[in-house]
Amino acid sequence: MTPATPAPSRARNKGRLFDWKLLVGVAVVGALLALSLATGVYDVRGADDGGEMFAITRIPRTVGLVLAGAAMAMSGLVMQLLTQNRFVEPTTTGTTEWAGLGLLTVMILMPGASIGTRMAGAVLAAFVGTMVFFLFLRRVTLRSSLIVPIVGIMLGAVVSSVSTFVALRTDMLQNLGVWFAGSFTSVLRGQYEPLWIVAVVAVAVFVVADRFTVAGLGEEISTNVGLNYNRVILLGTTLIAVATGVVTVVVGNLPFLGLIVPNVVSMFRGDDLRGNLPWVCLLGIGIVTVCDLVGRTIIMPFEVPVSLILGVVGAFVFILLLLRQRRRG
Amino acid sequence: MITLEGVRKDYGGEVTIGPVDLEIPRGGVTALVGPNGAGKSTLLTMVGRLLGLDAGTIEVAGYDVTRTPSKDLAKVVSVLRQENHFVTRLTVRQLVAFGRFPHSRGRLTAADEEFVSRSIDFLDLTDLEHRYLDQLSGGQRQRAYVAMVLCQDTEYVLLDEPLNNLDMRHSVQMMKHLRRAAAELDRTIVIVLHDINFAGHYADHICAVKDGTVVEFGPPERIMTDEVLTKVFDTPVTVIEGPNGPLAVYY
Repeated sequence: MTPATPAPSRARNKGRLFDWKLLVGVAVVGALLALSLATGVYDVRGADDGGEMFAITRIPRTVGLVLAGAAMAMSGLVMQLLTQNRFVEPTTTGTTEWAGLGLLTVMILMPGASIGTRMAGAVLAAFVGTMVFFLFLRRVTLRSSLIVPIVGIMLGAVVSSVSTFVALRTDMLQNLGVWFAGSFTSVLRGQYEPLWIVAVVAVAVFVVADRFTVAGLGEEISTNVGLNYNRVILLGTTLIAVATGVVTVVVGNLPFLGLIVPNVVSMFRGDDLRGNLPWVCLLGIGIVTVCDLVGRTIIMPFEVPVSLILGVVGAFVFILLLLRQRRRG
Repeated sequence: MITLEGVRKDYGGEVTIGPVDLEIPRGGVTALVGPNGAGKSTLLTMVGRLLGLDAGTIEVAGYDVTRTPSKDLAKVVSVLRQENHFVTRLTVRQLVAFGRFPHSRGRLTAADEEFVSRSIDFLDLTDLEHRYLDQLSGGQRQRAYVAMVLCQDTEYVLLDEPLNNLDMRHSVQMMKHLRRAAAELDRTIVIVLHDINFAGHYADHICAVKDGTVVEFGPPERIMTDEVLTKVFDTPVTVIEGPNGPLAVYY
């Protein structure tokens, strides 16, 4: 036995939220955002109304990137915890498609509806759709975790074909097409402000982070520690629906973002939700900003929708994750 | 004390658990034994309020488990099922810290951290505390789960087959840890065991369950007899005197 020495202070779970690595991350993403502000066809420094244009298009677009990127990445994270499945996110569970259907329904029933009403429709439909999916998951025990996103994608496809059919009948197909291709092109002053709602969602997720992590351990462990599991599921679904619905209406479809970001962060840092949230937000913002920059510059002076770039990048990472999962058994 | 009165669970058709009347005394280790499908785990999960009952009442330390708010009950009784597979990547320390959830609701105080450290040390996981669960062996992971429920600091601890998938050495270690928890931490531990000889050696009380009812309850020397075990397990059992107490031989 070694002589008794004072016990070294044990490393705590609650590490400091902000360390130098996070600061580096913030700096990198900050630089990307500055680049986003500086990128565009219009000469904001030369032209007379340059400053005005900068305020109308560039700033809203960049704020939009920040909010939408963070919101979708976080929605994916919460969804993965609540379903205990790594391959789930709003675009692989039909949530986005439901939001689209809700949006379309409002546009048909109330052609002149305000953006608030449209958003309410999208959020409501996203909530219902996500609940349907969760209830389905609880009813059936799926052997393979891969079946879950496949079922979700199928469900999404069914919902989206309903949307297409309805749009075809009501002459709205073009609107639907524009919406489906998520893009930050139309994120302008006067139209993007509702996106700030997702900042509230982000704060809420941060506050109840521990509950989501406990819920991620399953219903029995949750009940054991005295957590009302169903209430947490309901709360999580609501937050996801709000974030997805709002982003869907303002920006459109942002595929795979919620899938790749949490998985990448988890690989490096494990799954302590509260500590990971800043990273998830940051990486979500970073990826969506890079994809948007690529989309804006690749065929300048025209633009490729960011959803297209995200789809390509996301599909690639998705396949890598699948292969990695198979290797680990 | 854990009291079950007229507890019943119907599974539609012939399969029914109960009616069960049972008193599990405070303190020590109580083992639930019996053949497959007898209802041991069902009883345990009902006591741990993970499963509702169709009739009767269950009280743990005077709290009715169906009426007491779940978060209050979480400070009195903790329960661990045998299948624990998480997708979430947590370190041992993060997992164990969730045992403090009923007390801290997620905001760990210095006292909570102290508790976490002690539970980890208690189960000899000190060197592994920052490892991820998916990097541990089955025995280590099982110890981590038990550390989590001990960290919950409840008077009553219910474990469903904690020796499942453990080899001889790890089974013995686990039972010694549980005995120590009962003795040193003054916990009442109720476990479902498959191996009657483990129950005979390590438990203070044995509860034999068969066809959904309790057929025998008592100290090991009363249960570890040819007649009782043959009746409970429906297979010829001979109890012999081993070097460390009675041994059931059934093959």
